[in-house]
Amino acid sequence: MRINCPLCGERDRREFYYKGAAVALARPGRDAGAQAWDEYVHLRENPAGKTHDLWQHEAGCGAWIVVVRNTVTHEVYETALAADVKRSMGA
Amino acid sequence: MRVSEKGLGAQIGFRFDGVAYTGRAGDTVASALLANGVRLMGRSFKYHRPRGVFSAGSEEPNALVTIGTGARSEPNVRATVQEIYEGLEVRSQSAWPSLKFDVMAVNDLAAPFLGAGFYYKTFMWPKAFWEKLYEPVIRRAAGLGSLSGQHNADTYDRAFAFCDLLVVGSGPAGLMAATVAADAGLDVILCDEDTAMGGRLLAEIEDIGGGTAADWAAAQVARLAAMPNVRLMTRTTVTGAYDGGVYGALERVTHHVPRSAAPLECFWRITARRAVLCAGALERPIAFENNDRPGIMMAGAVRAYLNRWGVTAGKLVAVFGNNDDAHRTARDLHAAGVAVAALIDSRADAEVGDVPYPVHLGAQVCGSSGRLGLTGIKVRQGDAQIDIAADCLAVSGGWNPTVHLTCHMNGRPAWREDIAAFVPVPDMVPGLEAAGACNGAFSTAACLAEGAAAASRAVEALGGEATAPALPEAEDRAYRLSPLWAVAGKGRAWLDFQNDVSVKDVKQAAVENFRSVEHMKRYTTQGMATDQGKNSNVGALAVLADATGRGIPETGTTTFRPPYSPIAIAALGAGAQGKGFAPQRFTTSHQQTIEMGAPMIEAGLWYRPSYFPRAGETTWRQSCDREVGYVRQTVGVCDVSTLGKIDIQGPDAGKLLDFVYTGMFSTLKVGRVRYGLMLREDGTVMDDGTCARMGPEHFVMTTTTAAAGEVMRHLEFVTQALHPDWAVAFTSVTEQWAQFAVAGPKSLELLNGVLDTPVDNDSWPFMACGEVGVMGVAGRLFRISFSGEHAYEVAVPARYGAALFAELVRRAEAKEGGAYGMEALNVLRIEKGHITHSEIHGRVTAFDVCMERMVSDKKDCIGKVMAARDGLVDPMRERLVGLRPVGAVKQLSAGAHIFETGAAHVHANDQGYVTSVCYSPDMGTMIGLGFVKNGPARMGERMIVRDHVRDLTVEVEICSPVFVDPEGGRLRG
Amino acid sequence: MRFSGWRILREGLSGNKGWQPHWRDAEPKAEYDAIIIGGGGHGLSTAYYLAKEHGMTNIAVIEKGYLGGGNVGRNTTIVRANYFLDGNSQFYSHSLKLWEGLEQDLNYNVMLSQRGQLMLCHSDGQRDAYARRGNSIIGQGDDAELLDVEGVRKIAPYLDFENTRFPIYGGLLQRRSGTARHDAVAWGYARGASERGVDLIQQCEVTGIDIENGVVRGVQTTRGAIRAKKVGIVVAGRSSQVAAMAGMRLPIESHVLQAFVTEGLKPVIDNVISFGMGHFYISQSDKGGLVFGGDLDFYSSYAARGNLPMVEHVMEAGMTLMPMIGKAKVLRSWGGIMDMTPDGSPIIDKTDTEGLFVNCGWCYGGFKAVPGSGNSFAHLMATGNHHKPAEKFRLDRFRTGRGIMDEEGTGAQHNLH
Repeated sequence: MRINCPLCGERDRREFYYKGAAVALARPGRDAGAQAWDEYVHLRENPAGKTHDLWQHEAGCGAWIVVVRNTVTHEVYETALAADVKRSMGA
Repeated sequence: MRVSEKGLGAQIGFRFDGVAYTGRAGDTVASALLANGVRLMGRSFKYHRPRGVFSAGSEEPNALVTIGTGARSEPNVRATVQEIYEGLEVRSQSAWPSLKFDVMAVNDLAAPFLGAGFYYKTFMWPKAFWEKLYEPVIRRAAGLGSLSGQHNADTYDRAFAFCDLLVVGSGPAGLMAATVAADAGLDVILCDEDTAMGGRLLAEIEDIGGGTAADWAAAQVARLAAMPNVRLMTRTTVTGAYDGGVYGALERVTHHVPRSAAPLECFWRITARRAVLCAGALERPIAFENNDRPGIMMAGAVRAYLNRWGVTAGKLVAVFGNNDDAHRTARDLHAAGVAVAALIDSRADAEVGDVPYPVHLGAQVCGSSGRLGLTGIKVRQGDAQIDIAADCLAVSGGWNPTVHLTCHMNGRPAWREDIAAFVPVPDMVPGLEAAGACNGAFSTAACLAEGAAAASRAVEALGGEATAPALPEAEDRAYRLSPLWAVAGKGRAWLDFQNDVSVKDVKQAAVENFRSVEHMKRYTTQGMATDQGKNSNVGALAVLADATGRGIPETGTTTFRPPYSPIAIAALGAGAQGKGFAPQRFTTSHQQTIEMGAPMIEAGLWYRPSYFPRAGETTWRQSCDREVGYVRQTVGVCDVSTLGKIDIQGPDAGKLLDFVYTGMFSTLKVGRVRYGLMLREDGTVMDDGTCARMGPEHFVMTTTTAAAGEVMRHLEFVTQALHPDWAVAFTSVTEQWAQFAVAGPKSLELLNGVLDTPVDNDSWPFMACGEVGVMGVAGRLFRISFSGEHAYEVAVPARYGAALFAELVRRAEAKEGGAYGMEALNVLRIEKGHITHSEIHGRVTAFDVCMERMVSDKKDCIGKVMAARDGLVDPMRERLVGLRPVGAVKQLSAGAHIFETGAAHVHANDQGYVTSVCYSPDMGTMIGLGFVKNGPARMGERMIVRDHVRDLTVEVEICSPVFVDPEGGRLRG
Repeated sequence: MRFSGWRILREGLSGNKGWQPHWRDAEPKAEYDAIIIGGGGHGLSTAYYLAKEHGMTNIAVIEKGYLGGGNVGRNTTIVRANYFLDGNSQFYSHSLKLWEGLEQDLNYNVMLSQRGQLMLCHSDGQRDAYARRGNSIIGQGDDAELLDVEGVRKIAPYLDFENTRFPIYGGLLQRRSGTARHDAVAWGYARGASERGVDLIQQCEVTGIDIENGVVRGVQTTRGAIRAKKVGIVVAGRSSQVAAMAGMRLPIESHVLQAFVTEGLKPVIDNVISFGMGHFYISQSDKGGLVFGGDLDFYSSYAARGNLPMVEHVMEAGMTLMPMIGKAKVLRSWGGIMDMTPDGSPIIDKTDTEGLFVNCGWCYGGFKAVPGSGNSFAHLMATGNHHKPAEKFRLDRFRTGRGIMDEEGTGAQHNLH
């Protein structure tokens, strides 16, 4: 499996650390309530198909990356810096 | 028997089962043994039936042998792949006492009782007998060859390669594809599992472009070899297709030579932008009664031995087929002067032409004779049955395209009725296109055309321009066959030769409702042998389809899984044997520490000293107690460089720290250090450590050795993914700074000997930090203590580490102190109730380690909300306490469980467990830390510590985890 | 038909003509008392125990592919009861006891082979963590022994004790652990359930779950609607998709776990050996293949196949621990889809929908749980009450923070502070 780091280019999967669903970008506020926090930390769409997840180019530039990927075919559609995605979320 | 010596190399001596034979350079074990008239080469798995060579390739199910001796011996080597070399030792397998007389062949007599799945129905009574009697017997009887039992003694390697186009297979399609791509300027890798390039062209008598096919292949290969953008890899099997255009490939580097400095094998990870599969096709047998005798083999293999190695597999050869291709075998044999006993074609309308040997059309071979080797066959034609003498039967049931790689990403091939075979479905592996015989195009001309076309498409897909090559004139006959999977009959007709699965077994499975192809496979073991069904699966599922009244496409195939052919674990894990499994990290004091005789222990990837033994000490405890004494009474020195160090700078550095630590750091004064606890978002403790404010916008964070990488990743996550707009930057400086703890009442005195400017308790109070000169070197000083004593950590750039360590130890020894290791460090920290990953093991919260008050209310932080969940703040949770033995037994052990006095020591009564123990010289007894339900409320309670696995029962008193200097006077004084 | 040695003999002498289907393929009826979605090990054992222990025979197992085609047919066949956290401890103990009587109970040889499992430790801290585990196991009434290096050497003399990267400090041995013939477990339960009247329906995919006013009414399938009073979801690897049909989101992420088998070899590894530092475990099957595996590929996946980095990592672990296996050749690699929960422990619970139950989240440990899981899930579905051994496997534990939180955690690592 190969992943395109927006900073370094396409690299082997060995260079990346996987975290999980990109929902991790949308951290609820301190007072968002138990339900919101349960959803943030535990509950997952876990799609069989297109998914957005977070990887870090740990053995490379250190960038956290949102990878748009297919969990059934392992095709990687696109990648973006998590920082850019987060900014575009307007947090 | 060798009938031609054309093109053969030098004579080579080798041994098979102790008997000396001579072969020729270029021979495989199989061709050399056939040349010597040896037909019996192995025994089958279940019934130990005699077996001879079946094929001429890596798909061989029968002729599996062990080569080499001692630690270098290798089981389950295909005689059809292994090249002979001078002195090669070859042994047969799984036969006792000899290949010719194998007592386990008695199984064959009991066959009526040992049909498919028999073992699921018996061996259940009496209950204990399965493991005591039946299973050990079965285990001993099963298996093929033996491992030597010794550590692997050969070297293996792994490598990466990259190319524009990977061409798998070097037959006509592969050579053409490689040529077209290479001419268009692509970087090409051409792999073939054979010893020479050319594929089937090496085994056939036919012409290409006016010359022989073999000459054409040789010329193409020579041209490719001269091109700088082409890499030719023979003896290299592409074993698997993976995501992102990654292919695994095994190169057998030195298997064909006696001994070499080069590795035996190399496993390649090839990343290819495009790939063309030109893997050819595998011939399939026809099942009939006793179709497994040595001497019965594939027609194409008989042709290969004859045309490539000049060897005939028999003196009187019969040929049996359901397609025109089989006729070539009879033709070639006859042309070479080998007697052809008969050509039997199941098709009544087959066109044979005028041939000088007996032909039986519309006939089927329905039986054979010869115990250890074929002596004759029975042929049925209409109602008539005749016996024909033959010592070899060449069988062809048609060809199966080698679709395997195209199916490695869960794709399923499609059935093509006209060729009665499965073919690849396009795009099953992104970027991989099949061409030639593996795509169902069987004529040489079609292979050339498809190879060229596939390469042209690859060139265009990569933005290049391909020029259509002029294709040479080549064989272009239609491929005609009439499917025949199994000849009707009563006896056992074999499908999977190695696993002894018969047509009856498959039918029996269907009767017992194992009708799904996966069920049939698992119930009968069909296709689970070392060839993974390459020779038999299609035939078996045709039989299953027939038995269940379905068509072959509805019946479907089992899943094709990598590797295409088996790979040694040593190749896939090359380099890991011994210390190569993980990097080794050494501190700057490593060399001196070794010289001081310290036993080193693993700390993650690091090595740290356990203790520093002195003359006269006979146990580690003596050394440890002495080293603890240094710190408690004089001064000790310890290398703490392995702790993670992260340099954090920027206007928002404080904000970041407030967010990742439970405590408040933005208010920390410059020149001060604070202890911090870090949580995961689920509220569990991730790590702890100290953080020093070196300047208004400059902090140095320390982490535990274990969690350094995780914390670094966490900080990156927080700053990139949660708060990308914070103005803060950080970098790991773990390796850049060597850091030493100097601890004990005389630590200040010692330090002042090396500091350029002396410090004192007022200028450097407890938890002070700052930059200092250390013997003229710019360093850092932290007044922090893990031992509870007046202590410092002094850091210098790593290049001065070794020198500073030596100097500190020398000065400590002059003050009757010295270096201390991990054992002493552990005692010191347990005495102070300081936690390590023995306590914060991934399942505890700040509440559990009684640090809930360190979670600041004034701000949000990672893990804060989830740590407040009801269940995580329940007082009945197991919480940190100290443990002191109070009964007669004083021996504490970590991992023991804690019970109330008088309660049975069973799980239901569990009150907690012990995490860390040590002998405390200070307390004069063993002490421990542990977690006890509602622990802090149970101070003074007497409980029982029970260690079942070490058989220890100890009465303890629950106490504060801080055993030494609870007021912290020594720390500050 | 009762299976026995006598039956084999009788059939063998009469041309093996009397054998019958091991189970009956059924057409779906219009309505059942209960439907089990998923004909894997857990679903089939649930049906078996519903019929056998709770007298519920008007039930069906609905399977989209073939019976036993999921993880029960795609694992490394290890059976053990060496968990240590409250909740897991009781459950796996219960499951192991069921295993020990399974062949006689099912009249089907699932070839349980209690060869012993040895977990190797490589530091003082890991040894102490294993001691804690061993004490928990013994406290639960199961067996465990803490071995020193010499003890390990006696059991597995072929390990590299001299030169390996992470030296062997000892190990925790559970003698009652072992392996079983994985497919046979599914078939045996299928046969047992079928004999008791359970309808086993293959090639029938559930496409929807009918819920009215918070009460489950049945399922929609590729072979039509089927009404049911109770529905149990037992579809490891697809749990999120099926739960979504009931409007639920689960605390599950699907991951691929690879496993490997080598060509057949004469007996050389007698036990199940696991390598504490390398995420590697191995045993040898009765056929002689070395069966082994390692860690997750570690990215969410439904592909049931893995990639080379983990393949190689597993082989590396094998080579540093036991370099004598170097010349064993990997014959086949495969991948299974694991329901990974946040704490590595499973879920057997009711849902907010009345009559709808869920059994999922077995992570990499589902095979050994097959008897216990079906037994406890059947109890829950039949009685509406949590079965004692599985009572901690609650869905809401992540929200409340109560109950099992982790099992396959990294554990203590010593000398790292």
